[in-house]
Amino acid sequence: MFITKFSRLGAHVIKGLRRGQLTSTPGTAYSSVFNNHSLQPLKHQFFSATAGDKSQEGEDEANKKISVTFVDKDGEEKQIKVPIGMSMLEAAHENDIELEGACEGSLACSTCHVIVMDMEYYNKLEDPTDEENDMLDLAFGLTDTSRLGCQVIAKPELDGIHLALPAATRNFAVDGYKPKPH
Amino acid sequence: MLKAHQGAEVDIIDRLPTPFGLVRSGVAPDHPETKIVTNQFSRVPQNERCSFFGNVSIGSSVSLSELREMYHVVVLAYGAESDRILGIPGEDLAGTHSAREFVWWYNGHPDCRNLAPDLKSTDTAVILGQGNVALDVARILLRPTMELATTDISSHALGALEESRIRKVYLVGRRGPVQAACTAKELREVLGIKDLYIHIQEADLLKTPTDEEELKNSRIQRRVYELLSKAAVSGHSHPSSGQRELHFVFFRKPDRFIDSDDRSGHIAGVRVEKTMLKESAGAGKQIAVGTGQFEDLECGLVLKSIGYKSIPVDGLPFDHHKGIVPNARGRVLSNTSDLTQLEEGLYVCGWLKRGPTGIIATNLYCAEETIASINEDIEKGVLASTSNMPKPGREGLLQLLETIHRTENYCSKDERIVLFGDGHHEMTRKEHIQYLKQWMTSEERLKNLNKLSDLAVKHYNEKSNSKYEFVKFVKATVLPHRGFLYHITFEAKEKDAVDGQSITFQAKVYDGRKLWDTEPDRFLDSDDRSGHVADVLFEKTMLKVTPTLCGKAN
Repeated sequence: MFITKFSRLGAHVIKGLRRGQLTSTPGTAYSSVFNNHSLQPLKHQFFSATAGDKSQEGEDEANKKISVTFVDKDGEEKQIKVPIGMSMLEAAHENDIELEGACEGSLACSTCHVIVMDMEYYNKLEDPTDEENDMLDLAFGLTDTSRLGCQVIAKPELDGIHLALPAATRNFAVDGYKPKPH
Repeated sequence: MLKAHQGAEVDIIDRLPTPFGLVRSGVAPDHPETKIVTNQFSRVPQNERCSFFGNVSIGSSVSLSELREMYHVVVLAYGAESDRILGIPGEDLAGTHSAREFVWWYNGHPDCRNLAPDLKSTDTAVILGQGNVALDVARILLRPTMELATTDISSHALGALEESRIRKVYLVGRRGPVQAACTAKELREVLGIKDLYIHIQEADLLKTPTDEEELKNSRIQRRVYELLSKAAVSGHSHPSSGQRELHFVFFRKPDRFIDSDDRSGHIAGVRVEKTMLKESAGAGKQIAVGTGQFEDLECGLVLKSIGYKSIPVDGLPFDHHKGIVPNARGRVLSNTSDLTQLEEGLYVCGWLKRGPTGIIATNLYCAEETIASINEDIEKGVLASTSNMPKPGREGLLQLLETIHRTENYCSKDERIVLFGDGHHEMTRKEHIQYLKQWMTSEERLKNLNKLSDLAVKHYNEKSNSKYEFVKFVKATVLPHRGFLYHITFEAKEKDAVDGQSITFQAKVYDGRKLWDTEPDRFLDSDDRSGHVADVLFEKTMLKVTPTLCGKAN
């Protein structure tokens, strides 16, 4: 079972890579997503659907979903299907995963902090913008592969990604921990 | 709490008529994205187990001990509404304000709407502190008002800022750029203000090995330092004429405020002492110590942004040294030193629990910790059991608020209240509230209401040819009207009924005691004026409560 799962995943990655050339450049796609976010929080962004799809395959891609696994603070896993273009914050909310989103994806808080559990997947993401980094500065339990859930947008390469919710509540304010001043 | 405990009913009490606390009064008007969290807050009281009561203060409306009697659990989350002081000469001079007051002023907090900071007789302001509040304040002073006009800044503040003559702002910090207490977002924002001249002394950016070590360990300090160093070298070396200026002044601590020569009692400047950093024993933190060299910063406005302070309320243990409520994971401790002495049913959360630092997310975790403590205590049976010892909760609170409301009806502003006009019933407003509170919970009152309910049932039986028996009193409101007009909710059940289920009645009962013998009674024609049942309004198995004073409509 392990093997079949693995090969399926491989196929997705290859397909994803091929698709990557079809879509617009990552930079522009990203900034349009970001702008949309600040104007219209929590709306789906199916930017890949419009990106140069004359073929039948394009529509399939638009309706495609990737598999994302959230790992909560007790270590329990929940696997969900996320449509391409949707942010992990929205996906979590649609699937009743307890990920806060105080500013609703407008990059003004750090409550949707997630940790990408695999460095390989982390490297497939666009680098965080200054604005995202500003918020990550304040995230509790920051790691090298921390991101904001609202800025991680589902794309084919991310199929199979595991995201951990920080175990903050368990450790907070125990044994003389002092919150950092801001 | 609503999520964690399916049976919990939660009432949120705020001293202001409006909800959202610090998001409303603290978050800068040009940070609308931060305020989006109010969407989430608004969803909370949509839950039918939750209500919001505005305009209710702990102390004057309801005391903490009363709340604790009425509710199984009281969580204090009223934050930090006062300021730390410097304790140096001249702190009270006109033209000095705490940054909190200034923030409340531009955010339209009712307590500070009349602050009227003088922005016209000077072109220079000194802000003491370099945290995010200091940067917010600097930004509001320096940002083009055209841009502020599109925000939800209070109109009185916008008007004053449009006429402001402030061109030059000093941000003064005791330590260096490595230790600056702000975050990158706010710093980036202030550095990016249109047509603003930024001045940072390059010499201040030199780092010691200890500084390097500090930067290595803190990502946020690293990023703030980088922004400051970039800003120090970019831009022009001199401001163009009329250009607004922001000066970062590092390694200076305020020594005294200077009184003006020509406007006595008014601030004319701040004397600051040069500092150097010294490693403090333990902690690994560097602290600023004075060097004995002084200089004066001339200014006509000082805003102190050196931290908030919480205020205790009556009956609440308080650690004056730390400015917080002593607690163990949110459980209030009876005294600071003893971790085993707990105040039953009393919890604390947010800045009042940890001190005034941290962002929304920090308070989220903090709240979760307190809720976990409450849940643990419920499971362990530490709290007065909800089944064995029911508490009045919302009903009790509403009754009490009505009491106050009534007192205010008798007399809103006068200090003395004259009752009955016989010369013997005079009380102060406070005494009257006290009196009513006692009366509301007295056995005498309950006996009377039982009697009136019983009368109402009999009246109803006569009218409808039924056979109900009074079971128990539920609640009542009362209006004074040449006697008292009660609306009583009570339970009654059918005599000899097999299932014995009681149903809820509401009755309007007029108790026309002879208080004013000389006046004709135009309200009732009954001869016997004690306990006349005016009407039994309706019978229902469920009643909806409509709060009379405030709260959401059901």
